[in-house]
This record gives sequence, C-alpha cells and structure tokens, in this order.
Amino acid sequence: MEEDSLKKDKLIIAKKKFDSRLIVGTGKYKTMAECAKAIKFSGAEIVTVAVRRVNILNKNKPLLMDYIDPKKITYLPNTAGCFNSKDALRTLRLAREIGGWKLVKLEVLGDKTNLFPDMIETLKTTEVLANEGFRVMVYCNDDPLMAKRLENSGADAIMPLAAPIGSGLGILNKINIQIIRKQTKLPVIIDAGLGQASDATIAMELGCDGVLVNTAIAKAKKPFEMALAFKNAVVAGRQSYCSGRISKTLMGNPSSPTEGII
Amino acid sequence: MKKIKIKVNGKFKTVLNNSKLSDLLKNLKIPIKKVAIELNQEIIDKKRSNNIKLKKNDKIEIVHFIGGG
Repeated sequence: MEEDSLKKDKLIIAKKKFDSRLIVGTGKYKTMAECAKAIKFSGAEIVTVAVRRVNILNKNKPLLMDYIDPKKITYLPNTAGCFNSKDALRTLRLAREIGGWKLVKLEVLGDKTNLFPDMIETLKTTEVLANEGFRVMVYCNDDPLMAKRLENSGADAIMPLAAPIGSGLGILNKINIQIIRKQTKLPVIIDAGLGQASDATIAMELGCDGVLVNTAIAKAKKPFEMALAFKNAVVAGRQSYCSGRISKTLMGNPSSPTEGII
Repeated sequence: MKKIKIKVNGKFKTVLNNSKLSDLLKNLKIPIKKVAIELNQEIIDKKRSNNIKLKKNDKIEIVHFIGGG
C-alpha cells in the first residue's frame, strides 16, 4: 500500500474516523500508569472502560480519567459483568450520564465460566439502545446469522469473538469470521480471545476492520512491548489484506525463470 | 435534627433527615463531573443534586469509569 492510500485508510465507526484499527481494553493492568503507557505504545485511539461503583471509603483513590484523557482517547464504556438486558441497559445509561458517551460496547454474557455472549439478550438490548440514540458496538458469537440479526437491530459495529474472553486461543473459526465480514456493511472488529500479535494480523488479513485486545497485552510479560507488537501486527495485517494476496496452489511454482538454465 | 439511614454504593450511611444530596456528594469528595448518580434506581441530573433531599432508606449509587476490557 502506498503511503497516500494508507493515510486515507480509516476505520469508520458510527461516522467517526479513526487512524488506528487497534482498540485496547484497560483492565487487568498492575497500575493505571502502566495501563496509560501501554495505550500509548499501542497507538489505540479507542479504549474500553467499565462502569463500577466509586470507592466511597477511599476518597483519594486515583481515577482512570486522571491517567487517560477522555478528550484525547475515545472512551468506549462496556457492560462487562452484565448477564441480562436490564443490567446492561442500566450500565450504559449511567455511562452516558457520566459525560455524554453515546458510543458504547454492549456485551451480555450468558455463562460465568466460558463467558460466551447470551445472544438473545444481546439482540434485545441492541434494539433498545439503538432506539435510545446509542451507537452500539456489539460483542457477539462468531455466528453469521446472529451477526446479520444484530445489523438489522441497529448495531453500529459487529464484534465477534475469536475465542472465549481472556483465553488467548486466537481465531478459532476463520471461515465464520470471513462470512460475517462478507455479508455486512458494518465494521467487523474481532473482540476477545487473541493471544499474540500474529493473531491480530490474521484477523486483519481475514478482512476484519479492527481488533480489540486486552488480556494479551495487559498480561504479557512485557506489556509495553506487546502493545507495540499488536500495533505493528494490525498495520501489517491491514496492509497485507489491502494488497491482495496471491492465490493458493497445491504444487510449487519456481520464483526464478526456468528459461536460460545452464 | 433527626438522623436517617440511607445506603450509598451498598453501604449504610447515617445522614440528617432532609439533608441535600449535594451535601452528601461534597462530604464524600465525589468528583461530580466524572461520575453518574442513581437515586432509588433512577438516574438523576447531577446539576439538580442541590434540589434533592434525602429520605429514609434512599438507595444511592455513584459510579465512574474504571479499567475494563
């Protein structure tokens, strides 16, 4: 990809343009300072955040907003820990109230051990949120039919899992991801389950519009270096996808001319 | 003045009857711009916390953003 076309190649979500196709989570870091530094290394412009009770006993506890400036980095409030539509709606309405956040990440989980999404609750909630003016990025199963239903329910981005949250297994069903990508006009962001930078490259080479990574960076032995690795991996994957790969053949095809061999 | 029990973020707290929500927030040193507040499961307009008087058994939730994936 030439430099010019790379500059024009933006991730567009709910009409907002982003240069980086890597979204990072802000959970599981040792400290907020470490989290903020990892975000810098990752180059991410969007970060997911959770909504939780303020600690009223420790009044001097540091706040996330003191480390990550919401004017510079887009906060994407999530509904992590919600297992039904009612809790998810409550969480995101509160998130909006904190400071006008309309772009949100919806995840309604169905099982506490495998953390797979409850797609029936997720669908229902997407529709309500879209009607309330939210711009909803939806965590979902790698199920093409459900992804289509989400699109019809007013989602702004489809975020299929690569593998269970925090599992580090990488993309388990490449075919489904490709089908989801092919059938929708919405951005497709791989969310959850990536383990290493090459997983992100594969996601981008499958045609995905972005990836969301938390655990693989936060829990790496060297989070800053891993954040940089993911940044580069996403760029490499995107460039590779846009450059048009060669077709696969069963047999070999020599790279050097066969004519003029001595 | 009569004292009442309310719940703030799941913890019991004793305040003066009819005291203002804004006083409670000040007391707890809550950075108002960085939180959202629910009173008995209903989101309240933070700017109006001055006009809200606390009553017995009120349940208040004060939330903010923390790290999450």
